[in-house]
Amino acid sequence: MTEIQSPGDTYSVIGKSVKRIDGKAKVTGQAKYTGDLKFPGMLVGKILTSPYAHARIVHIDTSAAEKLPGVKAVITHKDVPSQKYGISPARWDENIFCIDKALFVGDKIAAVAAVDEETVYKALKMIRVEYEVLPAILDPLKAMDEDAPLIQADYPHNINTEIHQNFGDVEKAFAESFYVRTDRFVGQRAYQTPIEPHSAISLWDGDKLTVYSSTQSPHYFQYYIARQFGLPLGNVRVLKTYIGGGFGGKLEPTGLEFAGAALAKITGKPVKMFYDRHEMFAHNRGRHRQYMNLTTGVDKEGKILGVHADFLMDGGAYTSLGVASAYYAGALLTILYDFPNYRFDMYRVYTNLPACGAQRGHGHPQPRFAFESHLDNIAHHLGLDPIDLRLRNARKPGTITPNEFKVGSCALQAAIEKARDISHWDEKRKTLSQGRGIGIGLGAFVSGAGYPIYRTDLPHAAAVIKVNEDGSSATLYTGAVDIGQGSDTILCQMAAEAMGYSFEKMNIISADTEAAPHDFGAYASRQTLMSGAAVKQAGEEVKNQLLELAASSFGVPAAELDAQAEIIYVKEKPERRRTFADVAREFFVKKGPLVGKGSYIPPKLGGKFKGAAVGTSPAYSFAAQVTEVEVDEETGEVNLVEAWDVHDCGQVINPALLHAQVHGAFFMGMGESVWEEVLFDKKGKILNANLADYRIPTALDMPQFHSELVDSYEPNAPWGVKEVGEGATTPTMGSIANAIYHATGVRINSLPMSYEKVWRALKEKRERDSRANV
Amino acid sequence: MAEVLTDSGQRKYHLINLNVNGDTRTLAVKANALLVNVLRDQLDLTGTKKGCELGDCGSCTVLIDGKPVNSCLVLAVEAEGHEITTIEGVSHNDKLDGLQESFLENAAVQCGYCTPGMILAGKALLTHNPHPSEKEVREAISGNLCRCTGYVNIVKAILAVAEKTAPEEGEQA
Repeated sequence: MTEIQSPGDTYSVIGKSVKRIDGKAKVTGQAKYTGDLKFPGMLVGKILTSPYAHARIVHIDTSAAEKLPGVKAVITHKDVPSQKYGISPARWDENIFCIDKALFVGDKIAAVAAVDEETVYKALKMIRVEYEVLPAILDPLKAMDEDAPLIQADYPHNINTEIHQNFGDVEKAFAESFYVRTDRFVGQRAYQTPIEPHSAISLWDGDKLTVYSSTQSPHYFQYYIARQFGLPLGNVRVLKTYIGGGFGGKLEPTGLEFAGAALAKITGKPVKMFYDRHEMFAHNRGRHRQYMNLTTGVDKEGKILGVHADFLMDGGAYTSLGVASAYYAGALLTILYDFPNYRFDMYRVYTNLPACGAQRGHGHPQPRFAFESHLDNIAHHLGLDPIDLRLRNARKPGTITPNEFKVGSCALQAAIEKARDISHWDEKRKTLSQGRGIGIGLGAFVSGAGYPIYRTDLPHAAAVIKVNEDGSSATLYTGAVDIGQGSDTILCQMAAEAMGYSFEKMNIISADTEAAPHDFGAYASRQTLMSGAAVKQAGEEVKNQLLELAASSFGVPAAELDAQAEIIYVKEKPERRRTFADVAREFFVKKGPLVGKGSYIPPKLGGKFKGAAVGTSPAYSFAAQVTEVEVDEETGEVNLVEAWDVHDCGQVINPALLHAQVHGAFFMGMGESVWEEVLFDKKGKILNANLADYRIPTALDMPQFHSELVDSYEPNAPWGVKEVGEGATTPTMGSIANAIYHATGVRINSLPMSYEKVWRALKEKRERDSRANV
Repeated sequence: MAEVLTDSGQRKYHLINLNVNGDTRTLAVKANALLVNVLRDQLDLTGTKKGCELGDCGSCTVLIDGKPVNSCLVLAVEAEGHEITTIEGVSHNDKLDGLQESFLENAAVQCGYCTPGMILAGKALLTHNPHPSEKEVREAISGNLCRCTGYVNIVKAILAVAEKTAPEEGEQA
């Protein structure tokens, strides 16, 4: 028990780097992930996928596979509901198994359950599928061509999502500008690459289905499984045990839950389904490849007057979460810099490639790379220091963006200045030798989406806290999902703080649709603010009940009492005190279970135009990142030397976990900057669906890294918190691009900025320079 | 050579004695059974994770005679006669090893999926090189992929253990 020094003055639990609540289980190997679980009689299931990018399914013959000893069930589209699903109801376009056509290499055709893995793989090979191969679209830039084959019947010209938003008068702004510049940038397909492969175990008890799943959102899985199989929500329990990273790739149904549920129903046995590494890449739902034209007009001083973002994104064969990615791509461009005129055009097109979805920073990192690079070009043209240009345009607190997002707290200016100072920017810009460079990129992100993915009036988050009979422990029940970021730990810190209790005595049951109340889960950097708000309310309800009860024993009104660090005391006379446990026990004896509950609904946010909801949030985080690179001008090799991140993420609940988020966010952005890209052959098959050829950085690639904060408090959030985990990915690609430019004088406009691209650009520059000198 | 048993379906199994975490376990395994699968499926030592099954990610790292090895690239029959240490064998009687403590103290754990492999790779390094440089630490864990941490705190946690022990005479600190 922590002794309180001056009650009420300081926090006793939040703001401290307590050790993770799940740490011991994870360092000893005791933590059981979904794939580690076993149930009596459990079968193993696998999905057969299409080898063709676009093909009509003429006939499927499962008879040979069914006869193989050890095979318990073989299913195709005929054995499962045929209604379409997807995470966005406006564009439900997937079936559990393909019915008429396969739309990419990896599309789901059939599934097998058998006694063991070896038998399953044998059976998959015995399923005979007759295909009629169709012309495929692998180049998104050709998807809208007149003669392009149609991928999804309901979507003419292969347009999945089309966005045209116009705020202010961009044309007028350009006409009045001192300098108008257009640049084109191209992103790449990247993959979340969690180290834990996806798996799901389905079990039925009569009409009730339980699914253990490696999911970021048990609620969405529950919702979609129930809908597919026509079950009430209460008959579907989805839960996760430990999950080995998600980064957006485990947010939507993977097909393993649907196929597994069907196989488990038919066989009457628990069925474990899983993807291997290759299948993870094929299922994908990673980062969209975007083609980005940016036009910006500035005045003489570099003040931005108007921006036009004209984008196209490669969606792959299905909508996935991509409709939101498409809106996010443009919506969040308005957050960082204050300009009044903005136009955003976007086409998200279908291709015969794996569907893309939400990856850390959802739709925004590539446009941010483009914009930060574009701004550097403008600074160069105007002869301005890139930081001065950014400071001139940096958003201020209490402002509204042209697309009607309300920005409350914003310490962007302080973050930029601090990043400049701690990186010794001014000195390095002048003194670094040729081949060495320093660049800046800024980032911003939502602290939770203002609206849920499907239309519902459910609260976004809810929590229950139950105190043990003798007050010696308390359990927090929440639907929030710890995917490694540490939400179980920080929500227990928040619960203990609100209750006046201590972290060490907290237990948590989370991410279980039956045991815990509803919460949308881990995406859009929402849980610290939104789940936290529900937890705070629940904790305060516990505390208030104890204060009410204790008031009579102290002979003062409850309003004159408070609780902190397990002590309930009279505010004016802190020496008059009782322990939390003592009062909690008395409560149970006199009144029964001591329970507190809370829920959170965001305020009404956003404008009235089409797509106004995407990008709304109760609060926005801000970040400035500076990166120093060394480029080998002979080989094009890029070495990241050092990097600095300064974040405005509101008040901090757990500093150690917060900085760890920044490390990982930068790391992911850095991988996409230089190395990572999902590549395909001419038939739409992935060339590098493994961890040797898809190059996520190793410990040797990571630069010296510094994560710092600026003072910030968000009035719209519990204890003033904001997000950190995704915002810190958004500036990275831009800051590295700008550092490469500073080091070499070449601007790489496409991701990843591979050694080859840098080498080629340097070679072309040398050729240009030598021609100019002739 | 291990005794070979044949079942009614004419499948052959090798009877092997595996020394895992100090205990000898007798198992019947197929010739092509991978050590990672035998540890996980037959011995329930699921702390050894599977991330890629191709030797790329390092999640299935175990120590064989003190050396870190991807257990997805080792046949169970090859492991006979060697000392195998999995993550379950690192702490003793509920007392965490110094490196496990250091991972907790330095917030080096996020999702935890790479953690067992990282700890074993770190253990192997510190056993033969108690005071490694930062570069040596990075090299030692470069075969273990982590997607959460950027390796920042993992490197810190391994170095912190090295700093806690005094360098031996003649050893470069």
